[in-house]
Amino acid sequence: MSTPQTSEIVARCQALYEDLNFTAAREWKEAEPGRKVIGFMPIYIPREIIHAAGMLPLGILGGGDQLEVIHGDAYYQSYICRIPRSTIELGVSGRLDFVDGMLFPSICDVIRNLSGMWKVMFPGVYSKYFDVPQNYEDEVGGRFYVNEMAEFRRDLEEMAGRKITDDDLRRSIGLYNRNRRLIRELYALRARTPWKAPAAEVYLVVRAGLVLPVEEHSALLEQYIAAAEAEDRPIRDNCRIVLTGMFCEQPPLNLIKSLELAGCYIVDDDLLLVTRWLIDDVPLDGDPLHNLSQAFLHQSESTAAKYEPDQEEKGKFLVRAVKRTGAEGVIFAAPSFCDPALLDRPMLQNVLTRANIPFIAFKYAENSGQMQPIREQAGTFADSIKLWSAA
Amino acid sequence: MNTTAKASKAEVIKDASMLKQKEMMAKHYERLANAEANGEKVVSTFVPGNLNELLMCFDLVNNLPEVNAIQSGLRRQSGAYVMEAEKSGHSEDVCTYVKSDIGMMAKGNIGPNGKKLPNPDVLMLSYTGCFTFMKWFELLREQYKCETIFLQTPYMADGRITPNMIQYMVKQFKEDVIPKLEAVSGVKFDIDRLREYLRKSAQAEEDLVYILQSSKRRPSPIDAYFGGIYYIGPIFGAFRGTDDAIDYYRFLRQEVDQRIAAGLGPVTPDGQMGEEKYRLVVEGPPNYTNFRQFWKMFYEEGAVVVASSYTKVGGTYDFGFRHDPDRPLESLAEYCLGVYTNRSLPMRIEMLVNYINEYEADGLLINSIKSCNSFSAGQLLIMREVEKRTGKPAAFIETDLVDPRYFSAANVKNRLESYFQMVEQKRGGAGKGVAA
Repeated sequence: MSTPQTSEIVARCQALYEDLNFTAAREWKEAEPGRKVIGFMPIYIPREIIHAAGMLPLGILGGGDQLEVIHGDAYYQSYICRIPRSTIELGVSGRLDFVDGMLFPSICDVIRNLSGMWKVMFPGVYSKYFDVPQNYEDEVGGRFYVNEMAEFRRDLEEMAGRKITDDDLRRSIGLYNRNRRLIRELYALRARTPWKAPAAEVYLVVRAGLVLPVEEHSALLEQYIAAAEAEDRPIRDNCRIVLTGMFCEQPPLNLIKSLELAGCYIVDDDLLLVTRWLIDDVPLDGDPLHNLSQAFLHQSESTAAKYEPDQEEKGKFLVRAVKRTGAEGVIFAAPSFCDPALLDRPMLQNVLTRANIPFIAFKYAENSGQMQPIREQAGTFADSIKLWSAA
Repeated sequence: MNTTAKASKAEVIKDASMLKQKEMMAKHYERLANAEANGEKVVSTFVPGNLNELLMCFDLVNNLPEVNAIQSGLRRQSGAYVMEAEKSGHSEDVCTYVKSDIGMMAKGNIGPNGKKLPNPDVLMLSYTGCFTFMKWFELLREQYKCETIFLQTPYMADGRITPNMIQYMVKQFKEDVIPKLEAVSGVKFDIDRLREYLRKSAQAEEDLVYILQSSKRRPSPIDAYFGGIYYIGPIFGAFRGTDDAIDYYRFLRQEVDQRIAAGLGPVTPDGQMGEEKYRLVVEGPPNYTNFRQFWKMFYEEGAVVVASSYTKVGGTYDFGFRHDPDRPLESLAEYCLGVYTNRSLPMRIEMLVNYINEYEADGLLINSIKSCNSFSAGQLLIMREVEKRTGKPAAFIETDLVDPRYFSAANVKNRLESYFQMVEQKRGGAGKGVAA
């Protein structure tokens, strides 16, 4: 069988991205009796536990720019971000009627409160606020987290009607380790040669992993990496930037495309963080929940939803990302009314200023339609970076 | 006892208890202003999850940035502070308490007594029911570069406190919070001292509950929202666990008893309230920049608030919780877990429904605050559910905590007048209540 072209792979991923009825996940569920699907919102949940229960973890990232929000707006004031209203729209319109459970990770007060709204609006669906520790001591936050995961495991066992063994968990951890390794490889490829793996394509390929079984997604990643490395594509005279602030409500695909068209290669980002939240392999030996907990405490990404206990470390992840990827600047792009991203932003900007790294900032919503102002701002930023570099 | 007194400056009528509280607050702000000179160390912390008894064990003086922001709002200074923060890069979308605090800091950190507030020696980040707190103290830590202690309170998402939650919090106390407080203060922790403070807290809490539940009577002797904000001040702030708090709540209880005996309603800034026409339950914080004007829109129409959720952000004592000297750390954990904003949305709905029924209210009014996603996200569903379950009409208004740009007096008044008409219609059986 011949290796598919990037265009074929991306076309498939784009179809998955545009399908707000989640047909692929529905088909997976219908393929065998008794299968269950567990939806989850940003920013992170241990998908390994769901997988080990024989269930499909399904990423729910709002409705994007294609969903007309009719009912969802009736539940939120104008000053609340868009992702909860389009998520409610997905629920109320029946698009999630095949989903057996919904997880609302600890990211902000809006998503936290949405967990309670889901309980009221969809009483037949398992709904859980997934709390994580902000204390990173093994015997304090670590123990709390292990117990929280154990409770979740019991809940899923009840739903599945069977035990989730440690070996089930180890097998799932192994599969997700492989998936994360491939995504790290893809990000490294893009950082090295961003013209070979445009940000919009990388986004679509990674996002496909939120609706496909992990085994299938890993195969798809391998195909894309191979195809992207093999294809020649023209190099643009772009600058290289790190994109940050997009960890929850997703930008429209056009926004990502617009940034690259405006002259900014995206060489790192915080999109779809669940897919690479854990930055190293989770060990397979020993207690799997303990291992997942250790990885969360000591080997996970920094982001605004996490407390940084060390003032010296605050924002350093961004400086490191710039150095690691050879970026020349940072673009702060936050959803309107996003508390974590917007409250964090001044602190991160101060760190960048001290490190002499240029940046710009703007806001968006998942249904932003006007890209011209963003293109102009990003284009000017790219030009100014090139001018500084020349000087 | 002199039950009311006239403060000449703005001709605002105040209860004697309000004047007493004013003295307590003035004394506390003086203590803060003189802390450095007196060799006292200062801790900044928050109202929900306030650990005042524990902090007193280390001789720390309690400074509450939320209360400072409220004071700035009441004094009409917060608008300039908010804009100062926005000028320095803080988004117009985020919490105005934070921006008022940061703007105040940029303009010299002058407290309500006109004296500079001290820099904190330690930030006690008790993260309870509000994500913004975490970012707020990260922002302050960047400025003050002082020790920051984090206490995470798990969210009561499933309507219950689990053993895992308590164990987690007690471990944080033992292994992180207390050792760090000892290091900052130089004072060794004495659990018996904590027990004594907790005993005093419980005593004051008894009287507070009596006062807040006095509004079940007709007429209600108190306003449990606008007046309630005064009543919660000492116990939600720097006085829980002190003799001052015990004295204040005993005094206030006597004052309320006198009003009950005389068949009187609440005292408003314009004097004794007239006939009680409407009894309301209010959800959400108030607006502070136009606090008196906002209150007036209620009492002029004969509307009294008989129960409110905002007066439970510093503790839900009316559900029976008391600080327990026999289980000191567990009790502090349960206190933090139980505060209103740490309760799940279904719990909040249940609580408001019960308030409407138990306090025989005419309906629910939601004051939705732009700044506060912890309160606001989900309030429209709360409104629908409470209406559905009680059959009582609900209304929705939008303002902000301390940003005067988001208080539109005409809009609010218009909404309220429509709402009161709706309550009248409902009483007359003229159809089902719908949202204003």
